[in-house]
Amino acid sequence: MSITKRFWISLIFSLPMLVEMILKPFGWMMPGGEWTMFTLTTVVMVVAAGPFIQSAWSSFKKHHSNMDTLVAIGTTTAYVYSIYAMATNQPVFFESAAFVTTFVLLGQVFEERMRNNASNAVEKLVNLQAKDAEVIRDGKAVKVPVSEIVVGDIIKVRPGEKIAVDGQIVTGSSTIDESMITGESMPVEKKIGDSVVGATVNGSGAFTFKAGKVGKNTMLAQIVELVKKAQNSHAPIQGLTDKVSEIFVPLVLIIAILTFLIWYVFIGASVASSLIFAVSVVVIACPCALGLATPTALMVGTGRSARMGILIKNGEVLEAVNDVKTVIFDKTGTITVGKPQVTDVIGNSDKVLSIAASLEQSSEHPLATAILKKAKEAGLEMTPSQNFKAIEGKGVQADVDGESAFVGNDKLLTDMKVSDSLKAKMTTLQHQAKTVVFVGQGDQIIGLIAIQDAPKPTSEDAISALKSKGLKTVMLTGDNQAVSQAIADQVGIDQVVADVLPGDKADQVKKFQQSGKVAFVGDGINDAPALSTADVGIAMGSGTDIAIESGGIVLVKNDLRDVYKALELSKKTFNRIKLNLFWAFVYNVLGIPVAAGLFYFIGLALSPELAGLAMALSSLSVVTSSVLLNRAKITPSAEIA
Amino acid sequence: MKLIVLVIGLGIIGFIGWWFFAKHQVAEESAAVADDQQVVDVEVKGGYSPEVVILKKGVPAILNFTRTDSSSCLDRVIFSDFGINQELPQNEKESIQIDTDKAGEYAWQCGMDMFHGKLVIK
Repeated sequence: MSITKRFWISLIFSLPMLVEMILKPFGWMMPGGEWTMFTLTTVVMVVAAGPFIQSAWSSFKKHHSNMDTLVAIGTTTAYVYSIYAMATNQPVFFESAAFVTTFVLLGQVFEERMRNNASNAVEKLVNLQAKDAEVIRDGKAVKVPVSEIVVGDIIKVRPGEKIAVDGQIVTGSSTIDESMITGESMPVEKKIGDSVVGATVNGSGAFTFKAGKVGKNTMLAQIVELVKKAQNSHAPIQGLTDKVSEIFVPLVLIIAILTFLIWYVFIGASVASSLIFAVSVVVIACPCALGLATPTALMVGTGRSARMGILIKNGEVLEAVNDVKTVIFDKTGTITVGKPQVTDVIGNSDKVLSIAASLEQSSEHPLATAILKKAKEAGLEMTPSQNFKAIEGKGVQADVDGESAFVGNDKLLTDMKVSDSLKAKMTTLQHQAKTVVFVGQGDQIIGLIAIQDAPKPTSEDAISALKSKGLKTVMLTGDNQAVSQAIADQVGIDQVVADVLPGDKADQVKKFQQSGKVAFVGDGINDAPALSTADVGIAMGSGTDIAIESGGIVLVKNDLRDVYKALELSKKTFNRIKLNLFWAFVYNVLGIPVAAGLFYFIGLALSPELAGLAMALSSLSVVTSSVLLNRAKITPSAEIA
Repeated sequence: MKLIVLVIGLGIIGFIGWWFFAKHQVAEESAAVADDQQVVDVEVKGGYSPEVVILKKGVPAILNFTRTDSSSCLDRVIFSDFGINQELPQNEKESIQIDTDKAGEYAWQCGMDMFHGKLVIK
């Protein structure tokens, strides 16, 4: 029988006794008196409380105890004693057994609903998945279920349709609503070569795309997996409740027996009132509020953040965020757009560019991409290079046209001399936040190329929001001091650590950890060690798989303002866990002495039915408080100001 | 009379302490491997029996949970290491697939974190 049914039966059979309790002072007595009460309560005990007793018994046999143990012992004691009292013509308290059962079930009915409410974030995500798609097979468009799509399939997407899997556009263009994945409400324009993500919705254009990732590998499937793991992860703070719940129930039973003994043997109260105190102790002590405090808040918090495009990987991250003092950012691709452009070429522009481009042909460095793009735009020929050598953090060297050539930063120039006029130009360019690379042939510097990577438009807001919370912001970069400082000044970063070799990023993070917990925000492969070293690693969603793997928090949207939101939401969730635990504890710790009659002589006592109601309310309030996390405000104060 | 009650009461306290806190043997079961698959049935009634399940590494495994207990405490089973949070409708067999690629000990618990079981993959 379902909990809801048991609750209704219990309520209906308890109601007459409630009416009697209220009307008794006015002289109304229930027809049939004690016998009616006995019959009504027996029905409640068998139908509604029976399952509690069964469950309690089977776990007792396994040396376990749970909340059902307490409910079963409390109600059975009240019921059995009342039968004895009825036989010996003493006052009965059948109604206690019936009311406690009703209240406990009421609490469970609500709790069940709330729990389902809290856990449906994953279902909502899974439901985003498209059901089928039009795949080109043998030159014809065929409708197939999503599960039958394989990598390399060409898929047709009509206006307004859901995109089935992840892939790249082959023909056509459109605007796509990616809000369900990124939380970003503005539709994004996509053209040939751009990647599309499964579960997003096509706008007014039509296009075809080539499936790149299917099944478990799609972005949506991975998000679902992450959220599932996060929601069911253990927060370290929970270890405490794990230990408590194990010994709690037996301990409560012992306290209840002591309560009875003290009242009956030492104070000399009647059997009936001593029993009432003992039963109240048993009923109020149920630790389910304690057990629900952490998981429900974790579920709601991670579920809500997932909808905002912020994936929090587990409860440990939530807890670490709470003490973060410093936020360190990678520069390229995190604070800046990550698509540098050549702005100035000093020297013989064609020659400088073509040598640089020839050298950088096979490099994947963002600066190389910028140089190659510029060379292509200028219509320059590239000569193949031999003996290519990359020098980490410095630049590249190779033979072009039989002569040794190099491209790199000032660290590569240990043996070269730079003329004063070039030096002056370099300084000017650097103060304009432009990165300067040297191009050389033989042992001569033949020119400079200035490359600029502009900060993202949202970076400044993001930094000021973090600073408004008293966090220290730091930028970590391989670029030189002058350029980095210029960018830092533009976005308002507190401190710059420049000239950091990729391998040293993690060590830099460690240095900052000496003065408190550190969050690191980055996106590249070279950020992975720093992401895992930091107490909280925040990976930008545009980043590489490795970066996302190493981060504790993943920002699906490539927006730095989400760093603030992620930190805020984690803090709110963790604080809610602490609040829940606090109330659950206070309630149990204070409830027991009150129920035991410790304050009886100052007129404060709990009857078993009030204890039952209080217990139901406590679980309910904890779950409600968790669900309310969905409504907690997350807005940077900078935006309001 | 009161003395007798006192003695009985203290006796019960002693029994509770021994019954719940002393070490007791835990039901343990190793999975039988058949057709490249290992299956273990777990009964959910006042806890889990067996409480410790031993699986072989690398062989796909299925745990069949059947909840006969009506307690809402036990209506979900959670494997936090695998991100599994499975609802267990009463008296229905629910199959849970376990990825046995990595050896180790993995705890599982009920939705309220009151009951625990352990998975050993080796």
